[in-house]
Amino acid sequence: MVKQHSYWQLFSAVFSKDLKLAFRQRAEIVNPILFFLIVITLFPLAIGPEPGLLARMAPGIIWVAALLSTMLGLDKLFRDDYHDGTLEQLIASSYPLPLTVLAKVAAHWVITGLPLVLMTPVFALLLNLESSALLATVLTLLLGTPLLSFIGAIGAGLTVGLQKGGILMSLLVLPLYIPVLIFATSAIDTSSMELAYSGQLAILGAMLIVAIIAAPIAISSALKVSVS
Amino acid sequence: MWKWLHPYAKADRAYQLCNTLLPYFAVVTVVCMIVGWVWGLAYAPADYQQKDSYRIIFIHVPSAILSMGAYSSMAIAAVIALVWQLRNAELAVIAIAPVGACVTAIALITGAAWGKPMWGAWWVWDARLTSELILLFLYLGVLSLYHAFEDKKAAGRAACILAIVGVINLPIIHFSVEWWNTLHQGATITKFDTKAIDPSMFWPLMVNIVAFAGFVGVVTLIRLKNEILQREKHRPWVRDMVERG
Amino acid sequence: MQFDSFADFIAMGGYGFYVWLSFGSCALILLGILFSSLNDTKRIFSSVKQQAQREERIKKAKQEAGQ
Repeated sequence: MVKQHSYWQLFSAVFSKDLKLAFRQRAEIVNPILFFLIVITLFPLAIGPEPGLLARMAPGIIWVAALLSTMLGLDKLFRDDYHDGTLEQLIASSYPLPLTVLAKVAAHWVITGLPLVLMTPVFALLLNLESSALLATVLTLLLGTPLLSFIGAIGAGLTVGLQKGGILMSLLVLPLYIPVLIFATSAIDTSSMELAYSGQLAILGAMLIVAIIAAPIAISSALKVSVS
Repeated sequence: MWKWLHPYAKADRAYQLCNTLLPYFAVVTVVCMIVGWVWGLAYAPADYQQKDSYRIIFIHVPSAILSMGAYSSMAIAAVIALVWQLRNAELAVIAIAPVGACVTAIALITGAAWGKPMWGAWWVWDARLTSELILLFLYLGVLSLYHAFEDKKAAGRAACILAIVGVINLPIIHFSVEWWNTLHQGATITKFDTKAIDPSMFWPLMVNIVAFAGFVGVVTLIRLKNEILQREKHRPWVRDMVERG
Repeated sequence: MQFDSFADFIAMGGYGFYVWLSFGSCALILLGILFSSLNDTKRIFSSVKQQAQREERIKKAKQEAGQ
């Protein structure tokens, strides 16, 4: 009789394996952060260093940069496992695929999203973001980057088997990111005007909860189609 | 209760059904299109504020309505395809997508052409136009995903999943864009008030909506027939039918 | 008829460019996708015919070779 593992054991096994594998390639972890930094540097170079203008555009710039660097990192999510057959094994196993997917996306967020959240004060400094808006920026990124990972993972799952999957995935996923972008930047703008922004945060939180529950199911169907 | 639908899961029966429906849709489309366009362009009275430029409404509103109608139909077909594993429903998704994209493009172009004389700019980031633009991206996404797959069976299923994810997001996107737009209110909002529309403009509008709906139906049926033929190329019933001309 | 002359009809009260741009591009796109779809049908029919003819030829060739 094969020993059955509990859901929690499955989750933590997949989660820690992905984290370990990621940390073995240190360079890969730094890439999204560097990309984020470069994009944020490009904007003042392009629109001029005038502090007032930068302060007004800062929430938007930070969030578009977060979006782009998340998409950059999403390609890796399933591709390695697809190529070495691990993905097929995970799909064929008797454990629920949505749970496995949840673990993988969570690990991916820890590697790509969490560093962005932690480095927000640096970015805020570079873009002259209002200090009153800093907390809002951190909170929206904290709620938003996992949301971006989940939604993006759907696109990653659909395109993992394709040759030119990367660009296509970005095209598929960007329209779905727009509500997140709107509410997050609105929250930051509102907070910089010293007004309450809990409404926008609540909506982001609600979207995140729905994503945690529903996205793994969509991602599993997508993976099954890609691997077939 | 749904037993009468079961035969249409087969390709040849579905093909026959398309052929049966096509003439009705075609007649309705041609008649309504001609009547609608002539009525709207020449006989409907000019608007008090917008004079004759408002006539664009007779193609802008129908195309916008149909762009969303087509997406909903696409999503319903996608759900049916995935839940009941029906290949014909998958083919319907792929048949509708290009037509929906075209109608959305028309809505955007006519919206811009209407906006220029009204708001002074070809493009304004008003809530409806922005939502239409995002809808176009969703359509193009479904199409590009389908064509990126070599294996057309997997392609069909992937397109269905994307269509369903898109339709769930559609209300969220509309809501968030509306909300975003009211926050960033532009200089003037000269929205054509469709709630208090005069009957002399309402009826030509209705005729045009029916015409557009008919058109989407006609082209979808033609494309669905094509997809069925493409999939069933090597079957005897296709051979026989083609030989009979 | 809302217009006094054909020239007035084309001018559309000064908005002629925009109105005809809209209706024109609409007609173009709609006819475009209609004809593209009908063309696809023709293409599929002819390719099925071609394939059937090829197989006929191959069958005949095999029969003659067998005799």
